Amino acid sequence: MPRISAVFALPALAVIAFAAFALALSVGSVAIDPAAVIRALLVSGDETQRTIVRELRLPRALAAFATGGALALAGALLQVLLRNPLADPYVLGVSGGAAAGALTMMLLGVAAWLVPVGAFGGAFASTIIVFGLARGNGAWSPTRLLLTGVVVAAGWGAVVALILSLAPDTQLRGMLFWLLGDLSAPPAAWSTLAALLVALVAVLPFAGDLNALARGETTAAALGVDIERLPWLVFALSAFLTAAAVTTAGAIGFVGLIVPHAVRLVVGNDQRVLLPACALAGGALLLVADTLARQVIAPAQLPTGVVTALLGVPTFLYLLRREHR
Amino acid sequence: MTTPLLATRGLTVSIAGIRVCNGLDFVVEPGHCWAILGRNGAGKTTLLHTLAGLRNPAAGTIEFLGRSLATTGRRDLARLRGLLPQDDSDAFPATVLETVLIGRHPHLSRWQWEGAEDLRIAREALAAADMTGTDARDIRTLSGGERRRVALAAVLAQQPQLFLLDEPSSHLDLAHQIALLDRLVDAVRAGGKALVMVVHDINLAARYCDHALLLADGVALAGPAPELLRAERLSAVFGIALQAVAGPRGSVFAPE
Repeated sequence: MPRISAVFALPALAVIAFAAFALALSVGSVAIDPAAVIRALLVSGDETQRTIVRELRLPRALAAFATGGALALAGALLQVLLRNPLADPYVLGVSGGAAAGALTMMLLGVAAWLVPVGAFGGAFASTIIVFGLARGNGAWSPTRLLLTGVVVAAGWGAVVALILSLAPDTQLRGMLFWLLGDLSAPPAAWSTLAALLVALVAVLPFAGDLNALARGETTAAALGVDIERLPWLVFALSAFLTAAAVTTAGAIGFVGLIVPHAVRLVVGNDQRVLLPACALAGGALLLVADTLARQVIAPAQLPTGVVTALLGVPTFLYLLRREHR
Repeated sequence: MTTPLLATRGLTVSIAGIRVCNGLDFVVEPGHCWAILGRNGAGKTTLLHTLAGLRNPAAGTIEFLGRSLATTGRRDLARLRGLLPQDDSDAFPATVLETVLIGRHPHLSRWQWEGAEDLRIAREALAAADMTGTDARDIRTLSGGERRRVALAAVLAQQPQLFLLDEPSSHLDLAHQIALLDRLVDAVRAGGKALVMVVHDINLAARYCDHALLLADGVALAGPAPELLRAERLSAVFGIALQAVAGPRGSVFAPE
């Protein structure tokens, strides 16, 4: 029996996400009112408006939504796995690995489709390094995992700096913008959305197990949860989600950290509600942040990652302070 | 002869190269209450976790209701035995009721939400742990003893046949130690269930347990409590001179 707030949370978040889409599709250098947006999406209507909505704004909005949802879901999964509310793909070096992998491919000047392959490779390599090293003498220690992740993230930071220093000037600006989190030219928005849906469908059957895991590994094992295999599923899914997000939008920080926190405050920590709620809320948040990034200093655009970090840093510090009280 | 709830044969347990027990045979029958006693670091928790099937023994077999532990599925096992761990982990906010409802996990299928029956069981468990009326409180606002009672309620809500409890009386005030263990032991004996608890208080062990398992220097002694819980033997196990003095319910052990 879910909490009352949880029953309303998912539909409410769906409405918010829908409103964020409406905003993202109508706001911009050419303002298009919502009715015209719907006309442009469903029926033909005005040719210019159709092009703007369907070919410029919709792919970007979908990419922003899917990226935010993927990062928030990855963050929520890593937090419950490590039983530490400060875990997220960034802190654990998964995003760093994905960024280093993708930038290596860009530096090598290989075909564009190899960039996501590099990101996936980097994310998985990072996951295996962190969890392999932290595994130690047979027991997963959340503190050790987090510490290993922080160190590995620092290592990836150095690798990224190295790649940037080696990159020719012609590529540098593009790489830097991508690294700051940039949704201005998202590749294949639909595939990111598909990745988010696949991961959500794959993890929901295990949401009850994750509820038990949140109470500690011994308790979960005593309640019949497979604590050997479940962590690997969660690691693999969070690496997959992070890689999909990084490939789409570069390195966008703090969504994975702040969204699960905020959602947990409203719906509680029942993973059966929390995980889909995080996907919706993360998507809506990044969509709004990206709309702001397009709009604030228009016609120039801010990198979306800058907007999320500007929102995220104070929130993180506030939560950290609250934890110690 | 009833089928024993738990039976070990030639059980050898070691951790980090240290032997906990060697070739241990013992049988827990329905209605029995066992105490595991020993010094710090003797391996009491390790032995309890091995009995719960959470870690593999170095040698020997464990059977639940005549079925080998190795061939019993995780979920089936979770309906047979419940474990109260030594520590509770509270990384996230959760209400008392949610925490107790976690005990229903092995009884629910993947897509099932807790129903009215699960709620009733959880509330009953809370009442047995003397925590009625705290349903909506955040567990992180509870005291250590209250938190411990909620953890015990979660194990009660799991409704196992065999209770494996790691220091159930820790953090509890004296009144609650007696009240909760009275209720639990009565329910175990009346329901044909069984209980194995790690306990530091020899007098609680003597009061509630009919059998004892003494761990000392890699050797485990198992047997009826009246035979094992004697001043001389306990003095040797704990390395402190103990004396039995007459109490309201049999002997009470006190350091000399």
